[in-house]
Amino acid sequence: MVKDLSVTLGGLRLKNPVIPASGTFGFGLELAGDMDLNVLGGISLKGTTREARFGNPTPRIADCTGGMINSVGLQNPGIDALVSEKVPALRKVYGGAVIANISGFSVEEYRECCAKADACEGIDLIEVNVSCPNVHGGGLAFGTSARAAAEVTAAVKSVCHKPVFIKLSPNVTDIVEIARACEDAGADGLTLVNTFLGMRIDIARRKPILANTMGGFSGPAIFPIALRMVYQVARACHIPVMGCGGVASARDVIEMMMAGATAVQVGAQNIRDPFACPQIIAQLPSVMEELHIDSLKDIKACI
Amino acid sequence: MQKKVYTIAGNRLVAADTYELRLKGEGPAGGEFIHLEIPGYFLRRPFSVCDTFKGGLSILYKVVGEGTRVLSTLPEGTPVNILAGLGKGFSASSCQENALLVGGGLGAAPLYLLAKELKAQEKHVSVVIGFNKADEIVLQKEFEALCDHVTITTLDGSVGIKGFVTDVLKATLLNYDYFYTCGPMIMMKGVCSMLSGHGEASLEERMGCGAGFCYGCTIQTTQGPRRVCKDGPVFKKEEIVW
Repeated sequence: MVKDLSVTLGGLRLKNPVIPASGTFGFGLELAGDMDLNVLGGISLKGTTREARFGNPTPRIADCTGGMINSVGLQNPGIDALVSEKVPALRKVYGGAVIANISGFSVEEYRECCAKADACEGIDLIEVNVSCPNVHGGGLAFGTSARAAAEVTAAVKSVCHKPVFIKLSPNVTDIVEIARACEDAGADGLTLVNTFLGMRIDIARRKPILANTMGGFSGPAIFPIALRMVYQVARACHIPVMGCGGVASARDVIEMMMAGATAVQVGAQNIRDPFACPQIIAQLPSVMEELHIDSLKDIKACI
Repeated sequence: MQKKVYTIAGNRLVAADTYELRLKGEGPAGGEFIHLEIPGYFLRRPFSVCDTFKGGLSILYKVVGEGTRVLSTLPEGTPVNILAGLGKGFSASSCQENALLVGGGLGAAPLYLLAKELKAQEKHVSVVIGFNKADEIVLQKEFEALCDHVTITTLDGSVGIKGFVTDVLKATLLNYDYFYTCGPMIMMKGVCSMLSGHGEASLEERMGCGAGFCYGCTIQTTQGPRRVCKDGPVFKKEEIVW
């Protein structure tokens, strides 16, 4: 039997639920020459801010057991270059869901950038990053307080017509409280989770590996924690969840959906293997066959 | 970029803590470096291609941590997963007639592949390579068989000229119209500031994806932010901010 991989996310029909996570797939264009991007259900573009940013000094990357730490620090060309150059160029080669990922240092910056993303024809959905652990005074500061997350959500929703998903941080005491605050403030959906704040030390040099000392830990090691958070939030909220965190296989995708995710983002695995997403998508039908699943829509929050 | 499974055809100690890994596999590998998966480690490791031959390529690596230690234990016949065809390498055609290659330690590895290309273009190639001491020397015979003039330096003077490669550059009148350098950053900085002519340097940075989409290895250059893995690792002297 032909397997139905399609899902509906924020009113958009995705041919499958697999989406490269923001920051792990550039602006899509970087990989357009190496694979057929059109197999992807969606692409979450690299986190974008109002002004262009160089990001943090190198080293920005540290290898870890079961994953990696990054402290890229939101290197990006700025919102104007995103909407005028990156998205139109991607649209020439890609027909799936394009997700803009927006970060900011003030509520006003979030509002301004999201309004520009909302007005950009090629963008289908806006993901608001209130959870970047790698910039000071921005990002994460808005994602660790329910009040601040709700304030950003309400501000962005007031200027957007497209679906708005808030990307949440796992570096909090109670992620459900923050998820509920975003839902109450009008969010159309949630993405969770962003990376876990971590660090590594070069024990020979007696110095942190990362120039920024700390960074965001991601990879298969965080999968069970991310899965648990998706499960908790999906049960507590009525808006759709994009599950993210350590997903590395077709089985992980199915597990995330059973926990309550409507779509699934793949992050660190792309860094390890640029062809991870196409491979996962190719493997989904046979894993579905083995598990007697005809449509991925049937397994959402089925446990 | 191509993802391939190659097979280890040789993994032998060639100098102190330094191994030559020969990989067999089909296809045009090309590119400046390969991104190699080491069993048990999440991220791949980048290695400059030292030589290519029919049906494969070789790299040189030093055991500097757990990952490279594991790599050194892999026997012949082991399949390894690599990304090939990565990075922008040296531009042999930038040299008109006389090339000067300056290497430090394992920086000699990519310079060897470059020397072969320069010789294929019938250019005159002079090489200066520095090592700490005699037991760390690699590729000396290979360079001597291929190039027109080879100078070895060691810090302890056990082989060749005692001192740094920059001491040789200072003391010798070198006839070159273009230079190429690869080695420790401090050495390349010295080389680039000392040599007045045009040239290029191959930089090193901790990498994530190795293919230009994670922005983990971005450096500031005179032309703006550049990814070492994709826009480099080789940059023109004038582009580099030391």
